[in-house]
Amino acid sequence: MIFRIVVLAKQVPDTRNVGKDAMKEDGTVNRAALPAIFNPEDLNALELALQMKDQIPDSEVVILTMGPFRAAEIIRESMYRGADKGYLITDRKFAGSDTLATSYALSLAVKKLMPCDVVIAGRQAIDGDTAQVGPQTAEKLHIPQITYAEELVDINRESVTIKRRLERGVEVVQAKFPVMITVHSSAPDCRPRNAKLTMKYKHARATSELQEADSKYNDLRNARPYLIINEWTVADLNADDAWLGLGGSPTKVKKIDNVVLTHKDATVMTPSDEDIDVLMKELIASHVIG
Amino acid sequence: MENYYSDNPCLKHHLNHPLMKRIVDLRERDYADKDVYDYAPVDFEDAMDSYEKVMEIVGEICGDVLAPSAEANDHDGPQLINNEVIYAKGTAEAHQKLIAAGLYGLALPRCYGGLNFSLIPYVMSAEIVARADAGFSNIWGLQDCAETILEFANDEVKAAFLPRVSKGETMAMVLTEPDAGSDLQAVQLKATLNENGEWRLNGVKRFITNGDAHIALVMARSEEGTKDARGLSLFVYDRKDKAVKIRRIENKLGIKGSPTCEMVFDNAPAVLVGDRRMGLIKYVMSLMNGARLGVGAQSVGIAEAAYREALKYAHEREQFGKPIIRFPAVYEMLSLMRAKTEAARSLLYETARTIDIYKSYDAIAHERKLEKEERDEQKAFSRKADMLTPILKLMASEYSNQNAYDAIQVFGGTGYMKDFPVERLYRDARITSIYEGTSQLQVVAAIRGVGNGALLNIIKEYENSEIPEKLHHLRNRLITLTEKYQEAVSYAQALENEEAWDFLARRMVEMAANIIMGYLLLLDAARNDYYSTSAHVFLKKIEAENVEKSVCILNFKSEDLGLYRVCAE
Repeated sequence: MIFRIVVLAKQVPDTRNVGKDAMKEDGTVNRAALPAIFNPEDLNALELALQMKDQIPDSEVVILTMGPFRAAEIIRESMYRGADKGYLITDRKFAGSDTLATSYALSLAVKKLMPCDVVIAGRQAIDGDTAQVGPQTAEKLHIPQITYAEELVDINRESVTIKRRLERGVEVVQAKFPVMITVHSSAPDCRPRNAKLTMKYKHARATSELQEADSKYNDLRNARPYLIINEWTVADLNADDAWLGLGGSPTKVKKIDNVVLTHKDATVMTPSDEDIDVLMKELIASHVIG
Repeated sequence: MENYYSDNPCLKHHLNHPLMKRIVDLRERDYADKDVYDYAPVDFEDAMDSYEKVMEIVGEICGDVLAPSAEANDHDGPQLINNEVIYAKGTAEAHQKLIAAGLYGLALPRCYGGLNFSLIPYVMSAEIVARADAGFSNIWGLQDCAETILEFANDEVKAAFLPRVSKGETMAMVLTEPDAGSDLQAVQLKATLNENGEWRLNGVKRFITNGDAHIALVMARSEEGTKDARGLSLFVYDRKDKAVKIRRIENKLGIKGSPTCEMVFDNAPAVLVGDRRMGLIKYVMSLMNGARLGVGAQSVGIAEAAYREALKYAHEREQFGKPIIRFPAVYEMLSLMRAKTEAARSLLYETARTIDIYKSYDAIAHERKLEKEERDEQKAFSRKADMLTPILKLMASEYSNQNAYDAIQVFGGTGYMKDFPVERLYRDARITSIYEGTSQLQVVAAIRGVGNGALLNIIKEYENSEIPEKLHHLRNRLITLTEKYQEAVSYAQALENEEAWDFLARRMVEMAANIIMGYLLLLDAARNDYYSTSAHVFLKKIEAENVEKSVCILNFKSEDLGLYRVCAE
């Protein structure tokens, strides 16, 4: 039976390059002013998924993404890098979902894809930084979870061994399938887009995108079914409206303050030449020295 | 997070040249591959869209992976361990990334695992790879050797080696020997047939870029007793046969990330490419033309990198209370750097387009007989390419050196230190006017076009192109320059002295080259206002330069040779 790896990926506003229009007056993110990108840690997750696929014959990588129709770009981007297919979960009723409502919708989608062996996602998305959606999805699916994954140590048809990046060290753990894994940014960067795969999949479209765009390559899409990106709505997932969108989201943003961080993520440097080199380059790059 | 393709609007301008429709249509031949390969384009627009998307990938890897490791690769360099060349860590990583991205075999046909791209995006990739890391660009750029196998080897050799190139196996062109540098007719490496009818190579090769490549094209003397080009044949050596000793890696001035090797062939098995005796006469000439185009791309990449570094620094560096870019002495330098880069780039893509068209006809001729008009066009483009290629190599490499020199000047003492990349660019640029034929040898190739009028024909072709009225005044000035060029050539011809002709050759070739680049910038400006500045600046520069050359030629007398010959006596 095919070994199925499901990647949960999200399209996010690029909060790393924030201009002055990045936030609206009411304190919410002005998505129109920020370019939409592949959530960085989801790219790390995709890379680990592709490494699993490289090692297990007869396996496939399936992308699940929730968002407006333009989020189909995430699925194309993933296919350019080696994913086999993707599903776009899109419905106005999902709008305003917090982590509880999002993980509810994602867990229903994963159930539809069962049997899955691995569900894998970035640790957190840069527009919310909650790190809750992965673990909540695992709980709803009643499957074990490995968080903060940094390295795929080993994988076979029976189990996966993962190195976890923790604040003061690493931990190597093993799990049977199915398992949920969330991936830390210290995991390997995602492989680049592949030229042939990019050319193969560049005309892939979700149905709702097609309604907006020209239909020049429709004949091609009819002849090549892999160019149709599947879409799932609330109805397809048999979801209960009460658990979705704003209504299903107990989290309410009360107010937003500007906070000046006094303490950033700590990095532990060992007294090795390599780490000192990294430190010096960082100090030079940030103009602390040099 | 830099993208070396999308951060330079000039590249899109050249990628979308009006001639591209012809070029892509010729290369894709009714777009028949679409029924066989899922990544083949269905029509011209689709092909152009693919070029654009793949260039974005190349640009991203150049900005995010190659450029950040260039300094370390220059510093660490490759190592020779157990007869194996080990690339610097960053070089090896860059190579692996480009393999993962499927960026080897760009111009090879799809049946060999290639992308069947036109030369334009291929050369463009070479340019930005060189901008990111000129040393690495040699390793990546040597995939060009595959073109020679594709053109001249038999089907068996093609099937054995070309798919491996598309998968990222590296290549080398193994020509130079201790006593055969510019003069390749002197090659001594011996090729002999053994009793089983297999070729064996014995001898030494020197200064071989990426000598420990997976697949090497080796020129050797297959005809015992011969002394000239007619005794040389071309072979493919497969590293899997482990019959070559890498004696050393040279310690060089620049492009230090690229291993330059001395190789000892010890009864090394090899297979023949094409026919015996055609090695230098036909195949290596073709190989060298490809390599010269490659050095042109590399030169433009370095020139661009130098310009960008200098421009950025000149805006940031303050002296006497203001950024130094505000001083005329500095902004003139930067304007010239930009104009030279853009002129060389326009010549680069014009040359690439010209080669692309005739090579496509060559490929079609393998499939069916060409019609008469097709044959005529093939010949015309082939002749034009033969003229433009040495001029490109000559001018782009010199500009690359000049820009690197000026970039350090803009930086001042800081640029002389190892703290900024300009000193590396300066060292990297230096080889471009030397390898694959020195500037002096490019003049030897191009001067024929001065004598037989081929260069003038190219100039006239541009002169007759349609351009908007607002640019007519520039064309008029180029027409004046052309008249002065003709006057100088007539004068030199009238001397009826071969040595004087050779003596003045470089000046005449450069006069023509300047006019050609001036026209190319004018034609670019006709399509895109952005080029107006460089077209004006470049024209001012060459007006002064061509006057100087012309004065020198018109004042020259055959007896003046004696003054210069003194040092030779």
